[in-house]
Amino acid sequence: MGSYILRRGLYTIPVLFGVLLTVFVLMRLVPGDPIALFYATGGVGDSGATAGSGGEVSRAALERLRESYNLDKSVPHQFVLYVRDVFRADFGNSIQYRRPVTDIIKDHAPATIQLTVAGMAVALVIGFGAGIISAIRRHSMADYSAQVFAILGVSFPSFFLATILILIFAINLNWLPVISNGIGPQLLMPAITLGAAAAAILARLTRSSMLDVLSRDYIRTARAKGLIESKVIWIHALRNALIPVITVVGLEFGSLLGGAVAIEAVFFRQGLGMRLVEAIEARDYPVIQALVLLAAVVYAVVNLFVDILYTYVDPRVRLTDQTAR
Amino acid sequence: MAGLVALILISLAAIFADVIATETENHFDIASEGLPPLAERLDPIDDWRPWGQRHLLGTDDIGRDVFSRIVRGARISLRIGFSAVTISLIAGSILGLVAGYFRRWPDMLISRILDVMLAFPGILLAMTVVASLGPGLNNAMLALGVAGIPFYGRVVRGTTLAARDLTYVRAARAVGMSDVRIMLRHILPNVVSPVLIMATLGLGGAILASATLSFLGLGAESPAPEWGYELSKSRNLLRAYWWIATFNGFAIAITVLSINLLGDGLREALDPQASSWSD
Repeated sequence: MGSYILRRGLYTIPVLFGVLLTVFVLMRLVPGDPIALFYATGGVGDSGATAGSGGEVSRAALERLRESYNLDKSVPHQFVLYVRDVFRADFGNSIQYRRPVTDIIKDHAPATIQLTVAGMAVALVIGFGAGIISAIRRHSMADYSAQVFAILGVSFPSFFLATILILIFAINLNWLPVISNGIGPQLLMPAITLGAAAAAILARLTRSSMLDVLSRDYIRTARAKGLIESKVIWIHALRNALIPVITVVGLEFGSLLGGAVAIEAVFFRQGLGMRLVEAIEARDYPVIQALVLLAAVVYAVVNLFVDILYTYVDPRVRLTDQTAR
Repeated sequence: MAGLVALILISLAAIFADVIATETENHFDIASEGLPPLAERLDPIDDWRPWGQRHLLGTDDIGRDVFSRIVRGARISLRIGFSAVTISLIAGSILGLVAGYFRRWPDMLISRILDVMLAFPGILLAMTVVASLGPGLNNAMLALGVAGIPFYGRVVRGTTLAARDLTYVRAARAVGMSDVRIMLRHILPNVVSPVLIMATLGLGGAILASATLSFLGLGAESPAPEWGYELSKSRNLLRAYWWIATFNGFAIAITVLSINLLGDGLREALDPQASSWSD
């Protein structure tokens, strides 16, 4: 089992390297060079490299700027330098803010982490809760409501759900603020809207997995030997029912990371998602590269953790793995 | 079934948008700014349609008829959705077939590429591609198409791996049939039903994702009546004109809902092992 996890962990390294290469290449496909583009689109900042008259950027200043971003070197050379810097946790400077990307990440990561963790909590509580209830109370009103929720949850765009909630709870009832930063009640609407789709998917899976387990022989045995129903469900059925759901939790975490971008935009939350959208609009490629890579690393680590958890709860994985791979 | 009917209705609305919509999409009239749903037109016109005298879903901040714009928005969303899914489907199927059929290094190479693409969480791969191509409706479509490739690639590869050792495939190889012919005639049919289910559910996902990109300002640009973009733009008008954001949002939700219902129905019909709500 140790070797399985080790191999699984080692494999994420070339994959992440692939992500790094992909993002790097995609950013270099941008026609023209990013510095020139940035200045051509009127992105001149308030300070620094402006020289000459009328706010025109001088050719020499641009050249210096290009050098500082290594853009005067060949593309493969740039890549080598970039990889070296990444391993030093140096993502370069943002073109639009003229400050280290790592500082931007430090400043804005908390808002995104809070949002994603809260969204995941919503997804797990509602997803598992609704799934379990609708499996035990099959064909009840609760079950049917869960079904409706499960299909609506994956069909409603998160930003639309957010807009409806804002309209009701912020504008009409005035209970919650429209703008959300930090934690507390203001995190409520963002977390619910971010977690809703994942909750719907988890509810659906939990229900079908639970129904599958409840029809197994060992459950019948447990009931036959006179175990009370709550023990049958909470001890015998639930653990086995959640095994197949765990993998999906890891994958859904990815949708949450991506979804956080839209939710931050809706609630004007000053997180990394907002910075990413801004960076894409301004073609601030050092920021884009760093943020996408960061998201991929977090996603990979979470899924690695999920896989390790999986081998713990399901002994079959570590036993059959030797022959399977 | 309800999903299919709804999707057909939406498609018909998209096709006959010019007949259904009471105004051209960019017709504006500052005088009729911000009229609520069902409001009568300020400039009565001679119109054969029973809804011709009213702004069914109100007007926006420069007096454009919201209903007419939403109906036309269906064209944009369906077009993006179908195109993106087609790109993912074709590219993913080719990669999956080649990887699963030839095994060895083509499989190694393709599988690694798909793994890298899958390592981007959620909509971030599409966003990165948009970052490279630049914002815009067509670029968003292409980006979503690319982002969908690994999902189809994986499924097709798996199905192909299972099918390549079936007796009739081996027989075809034994009689000297060419690889391309075997892939297309004998393996591809095995792939159709899982991929059809994926594509249907993927269509809903693609429409949702394209609305998200437009919402973020990375897709449609003014004055396109794209639903996600309209919703985003009208958010600061929420207090005064709630209907603009609300109806555009419902347009996305209802379209995606009907596609998801259809996809679920297909899955139940085509995949006997699928777990569904109705079991």
